[in-house]
Amino acid sequence: MTIEELEQIAKTVQLENSRYDYEVNVCMDLACASQGAGLLRDALSRLAEASGKKVLIRKTGCMGPCSSGPLVRVDPDDTLYAKVKETNAEAIINSLGEKPVAELQCDLNEHFDKQVRVVLENAGHIDPEKIDDYISRDGYKALLTALTEMTPNGVVHRITESGLRGRGGGGYPTGLKWGTVAKASGDVKYVVCNGDEGDPGAFMDRSVMEGDPHRVIEGMAIAAYAVGASKGFIYVRAEYPVAVARLTTALREARRRGLLGSGICNTTFNFDIEIRLGAGAFVCGEETALLASIEGRRGTPKPRPPYPAVSGLWGKPTLINNVETYANIAPIVRNGGKWFFNMGSERSKGTKVFALTGRIKNTGLIEVPLGIKLWEIIDVIGGGVPGGHKLKAIQTGGPSGGCIPADMMSLGVSYDALMAAGSIMGSGGMIVMDDTSCMVNVARFFVEFCMTESCGKCIPCRAGTAQMYTLLTRICDGTGTMDDLELLIELCDTVRETSLCGLGQTAPNPVLSTLKYFKNEYLEHIMHKRCPAGVCSMAGAPAAQTAAAEVLA
Amino acid sequence: MTEAPFDVKTLEIDGRELSARRGQTILEVARENDINIPTLCNMEGLSNVGACRLCLVEIKGSNKLLPACVATVSEGMVVSTNTERLQKHRRNILELLFAERNHVCSVCVSNGHCELQSMAQDQGLTHVRMPYRNPHLPVDASHERFTVDHNRCILCTRCVRVCGEIEGAHVWDVMGRGIDSMVITDLHEDWGKSTCTRCGKCVQVCPTGALFDKSKIGSDHPKYPDFLPYLNLMREAR
Repeated sequence: MTIEELEQIAKTVQLENSRYDYEVNVCMDLACASQGAGLLRDALSRLAEASGKKVLIRKTGCMGPCSSGPLVRVDPDDTLYAKVKETNAEAIINSLGEKPVAELQCDLNEHFDKQVRVVLENAGHIDPEKIDDYISRDGYKALLTALTEMTPNGVVHRITESGLRGRGGGGYPTGLKWGTVAKASGDVKYVVCNGDEGDPGAFMDRSVMEGDPHRVIEGMAIAAYAVGASKGFIYVRAEYPVAVARLTTALREARRRGLLGSGICNTTFNFDIEIRLGAGAFVCGEETALLASIEGRRGTPKPRPPYPAVSGLWGKPTLINNVETYANIAPIVRNGGKWFFNMGSERSKGTKVFALTGRIKNTGLIEVPLGIKLWEIIDVIGGGVPGGHKLKAIQTGGPSGGCIPADMMSLGVSYDALMAAGSIMGSGGMIVMDDTSCMVNVARFFVEFCMTESCGKCIPCRAGTAQMYTLLTRICDGTGTMDDLELLIELCDTVRETSLCGLGQTAPNPVLSTLKYFKNEYLEHIMHKRCPAGVCSMAGAPAAQTAAAEVLA
Repeated sequence: MTEAPFDVKTLEIDGRELSARRGQTILEVARENDINIPTLCNMEGLSNVGACRLCLVEIKGSNKLLPACVATVSEGMVVSTNTERLQKHRRNILELLFAERNHVCSVCVSNGHCELQSMAQDQGLTHVRMPYRNPHLPVDASHERFTVDHNRCILCTRCVRVCGEIEGAHVWDVMGRGIDSMVITDLHEDWGKSTCTRCGKCVQVCPTGALFDKSKIGSDHPKYPDFLPYLNLMREAR
């Protein structure tokens, strides 16, 4: 495979596509598929054939606004239809060449205008199961450029220059990590992709793996070239069967095209990738636990140092990056580090994919330049809180993150700003909460999550999260006392400072951040046996007290 | 960064200037110099897992606490092993252990020679504020020589490591996740029906009354974990 051959494939695809007058793209991501996108696509194909029009029906990955699904985009006019049912297929086919179907058209211009798509540039435009579709959109060009025109050091330098930081949550500078693994001594090195996305309400990595699997593979291959590895692993959770299937297909196609395997593109570079399935343990997203799981052992973390960059898989230097980090690599190599560096805020470069969920009009997948203000995400892209309710807080970073109150919506989204606000960027989950959410209950939910997902190895996380959960349950039940609250705060401190891995160290964050911004809710629960949002049952509170509280309220 | 040409590092632990070989852990250096750092999962002769978190120490210039059992020394390191912050965390961790399962010393076979009990005394843990969890846990007495009482287990995994690393049998392992974790023999068989070699090493290294010898009665259960370094030494000598 050479650049010329890639271009030839791209041309063939374009020629093929030019035979059609219209392209009807049907989003087949889980959210749309679960609302009948499959039937819709079949109906569209059937009717298109019957109509005699030259129509290409294409199934694509996630287009973004999942709450408006099933989504259909008709090119070349770029008309987006929302909430399309099987019964609307006829109207869409009939409208081709004429006026678009007005009642299905949706106004999501504001939703898309604020977004910048780098990772999701192909989302909704290619068939994830066709490698040629990916190649036709500059796919694998970056890999070939890297292999034929750049030195491994040059690649590391370009990534460093871009200012890309790890998208898994930690925000460690990617270039620095690559440089460390590249410098580590050893003949055998490994490249690992962390696809064990487990935060409640997060589905960024799933969408990337399902919608554009080749992008991840290309990123990994470039990384392998840069650090001198010849073997890669993609660790995906078994709960993502579609992602696994698409990745498997993608790997097979890439091998067939000679983009994986030995002597890639007539160079001496060998690289292949194996998929490993996770068994559903959240902690396996922690890198040392993930490596233990790949090795076939119990998924429990190990103390660092030694870092995986020095001693990882089977004791060999190992590069671990998140799915989204790898998905950023090809565009950076293609367009240069400066291009990426110019996007984003001062210390957080580029764009970030967020999974917007909760009490918001447009839920779904969004990609925004870092530094964007929270209100722009909520009010403009998200379309605001529905049902006349008031925004209360935004939870970012999953169970390791925290809640940012509504009056801090002018905060720019970046690693450092979110950290300073008591939350974290995390992998990109963003849960919007309105005045119907009880913040104590929210904290309890996340602590319960951490308790059940704790691996049980270290004492503070294993027993500490369980005690925190008990204390929070008391407060939610109306039996909590001020002593309980004091003990809870003390426990948070110990669990945060003494736990072995990130799961335990960050498990108190939801409690600490809600205590920071919503302490009076805790006090209401404890002193007045009353849940301001009306969520907690207060079942344990003495009846008289509850009644009195109601009268006072 | 280039390593110094010689293998000796100098560091400061609790105000004392000490020297150490490169690659030694903080805990090793501290013990050589009679500085006491509390540990529960660590055991001389076994690999370190850094799980009990009692040996966490403070390093000057870093806000992160490091486990002394696995953190290696570096030149000019200034270590504090017994600050107020560490003492508070240690007491909290011990308190968590006491509240986690059913540690009732007065009716325990290890009363008087239990590492957890001594540790609580050393660290000044006088009472437990946290709610006791009181889980229902089994006692497996199916083995002809030994008994495992899961109520007393603190999941230090010394038994797992000694069985795998020293005896080479790997009968013990951990089952379940989080608060439901439990040590098991084989694939959760009764200990008596397992592939146990009956060597008894696990019983000797168990810090509490979780594993004990049936032939002894009452609290007549001193354990002799010192066999382990000696055994390792003899094996190396061969």
